[in-house]
Amino acid sequence: MSAREEVLARIRTALGEDRAPAPAVVRDYRRAGDSPADAALLALLVDRVEDYRADVLRCGPDEVGATVRAALDRGLGEGWTPGTVVVAPGLDDDWRPDGCDVDDDRPAVQLADRAAAVTAVAVAIAETGTLVLDGSPTCGRRALSLLPDCLVCVVTVDQVVAGVPEGLARLDPVRPLTMISGPSATSDIELQRVEGVHGPRQLFVVLAG
Amino acid sequence: MTATVPPKAPVFLGLPTAPRGVGHLRGTESFPDAARHELRNGQLRANLGHATATIRGKRAGVVAEVPDWEQLRAAGKAIKAATMARLDEHLVSLERQVTARGGTVHWARDANEANAIVTALVQATGTTEVVKVKSMATQEIGLNEALEAVGLDVFETDLAELIVQLGEDSPSHILVPAIHKNRAEIKEIFARTIPGVDPELTDDPRQLAMAARTHLRERFLRARVAVSGANFAVAETGTLSVVESEGNGRMCLTLPQTLITVMGIEKVVPTWTDLEVFLQLLPRSSTGERMNPYTSTWAGVTPGDGPQEFHLVLLDNGRTAVLADEVGREALHCIRCSACLNVCPVYERTGGHAYGSVYPGPIGAILSPQLTGVEDNASLPYASSLCGACYEVCPVAIDIPSILVHLRAEHVEAQQKPTAEALAFRSLARAMSHPWLWHLVQRGARLGRLIARGKPTLPSVFPPPISGWTRSRDLPTPPTRTFVQQWTEEHGK
Repeated sequence: MSAREEVLARIRTALGEDRAPAPAVVRDYRRAGDSPADAALLALLVDRVEDYRADVLRCGPDEVGATVRAALDRGLGEGWTPGTVVVAPGLDDDWRPDGCDVDDDRPAVQLADRAAAVTAVAVAIAETGTLVLDGSPTCGRRALSLLPDCLVCVVTVDQVVAGVPEGLARLDPVRPLTMISGPSATSDIELQRVEGVHGPRQLFVVLAG
Repeated sequence: MTATVPPKAPVFLGLPTAPRGVGHLRGTESFPDAARHELRNGQLRANLGHATATIRGKRAGVVAEVPDWEQLRAAGKAIKAATMARLDEHLVSLERQVTARGGTVHWARDANEANAIVTALVQATGTTEVVKVKSMATQEIGLNEALEAVGLDVFETDLAELIVQLGEDSPSHILVPAIHKNRAEIKEIFARTIPGVDPELTDDPRQLAMAARTHLRERFLRARVAVSGANFAVAETGTLSVVESEGNGRMCLTLPQTLITVMGIEKVVPTWTDLEVFLQLLPRSSTGERMNPYTSTWAGVTPGDGPQEFHLVLLDNGRTAVLADEVGREALHCIRCSACLNVCPVYERTGGHAYGSVYPGPIGAILSPQLTGVEDNASLPYASSLCGACYEVCPVAIDIPSILVHLRAEHVEAQQKPTAEALAFRSLARAMSHPWLWHLVQRGARLGRLIARGKPTLPSVFPPPISGWTRSRDLPTPPTRTFVQQWTEEHGK
């Protein structure tokens, strides 16, 4: 018998001939439903993201480009070189600072020598301060939001949802998803949180609208 | 007892447990013996006391702010129970989905088979280096040793796993394998073992984390094969997920050409919607954060993004034997958050090594003996005061105390010869069911007052086998008059 057949047979033996019906799952936890984000929800998102020691910059819908530049000023210091910044291929042209490089199909490891990356997000979850990138052209491939040490993510207000259930409901589970809650961190030494290990050590969120 | 008498212990239907001689589910000594050594280590107790108190506080804070925590726990428990009830169907569905999206699924009956599969897959790529994401399943099966035995270099990339690997130590906690080490000890390990480490390195956690970043950066960028575990696998979509903090997981899941994921069969969940429950329960219970910094999900292979070759190894290694026990199978619901370790008064004092298994603490005390068969970890079901704190914090409401009692009963009933304890209690039962005998015993017990010399408890001067009981328990000094005597004096017979 193959290992597959044997493991499946063991499971059937373990559960017995007349197995009990699977118990019903009661979902009476909060599932707020998808509704447009109000000011309180946006404030919650800002609070939660800042709690992870990420920086949030708010701006109007027409000021994204300038605000992305301001975030890069903070992260890289004023006078940064545009060529060291790489942006997701589908990022809105107005959001991309002049002279920045657009990610293409170069080997992923070449992104490691870039100082910063700029991407959009698919969803932002307010209650947990989580940004979700889904590998679409506006979010870029996974390595883009991983290798450069400074990450700038642009969130528009229509992408903000209340909780984890609303967030997952908007996502496509077969896409490669990356959920980001603050800069990379570890608690492995005496359970004291230290921000910045292998992922970007700096995270900036531009919240537009 | 003769061989013809059918055993009273719950029947395991002959399902094989995890094999001996491979992996890390069995210690070299019993829990009480191991605990005795560990308890003498004052530094260990100080480190653990500090770390567990910190994480308990953080967890309590972030759990308290969730108004529907109990509803989420109940849903988590129900999803897991529903999954186990149809485990075969969900695994077949998972296999179909992963395969349809470009992955390859392998099945492993036990640790040896899983190790052989992964070794062959790594060797087929022609590389000699493997980077690893922290994974309990690969610790359980001893994968690193198997890969090293054929000359492959294995690099643990989680900070705590790296500390354990560089220190040639073994993990002592599910979430923070190096929880038993403090910053000064970690600094010493790094200074001694990392080539070219900054000689000015201090014991500041930030500096230590940066030293690990520098040490591993090159390895990530040149790695061609990564091995990971999985926190969850969605049967209906073929979505795998890894929940982590440092970004080492993302490096391993993104940069290499080949990804091999080893996953216990119990990690499957039926639907994508189910993750909305576990992604709320796990981070708050585990690191005490609202959400962990990074969660990655992937389904098969995505052209142009991440590994272009994906293998999923589904591991039994005793899990179906656990599933066969209607009471004990709840141990398979565990999502490896480690909240039960952090609240356990026994774990806090002995640390994880005393349990002899990669699964320490309360969950380990019910999981390890079931995976190996209770005879191979017979002392673990007793490694608890049954206070119930573990049950209270468990995000999927596993009734650990009841399973501990269930396994104790199983162990006792499996004994071929009566133990001294069983004989003592049998005699006691006889005495208590015959009043004249009971009064005689009580009168005799009064002699104990002679050796008590006025103290409230008896000194532990008894020879074996009684010392086995009194070594760690106080016997109260017998009273001058028993309750029955007092009652008779005041009320008559």
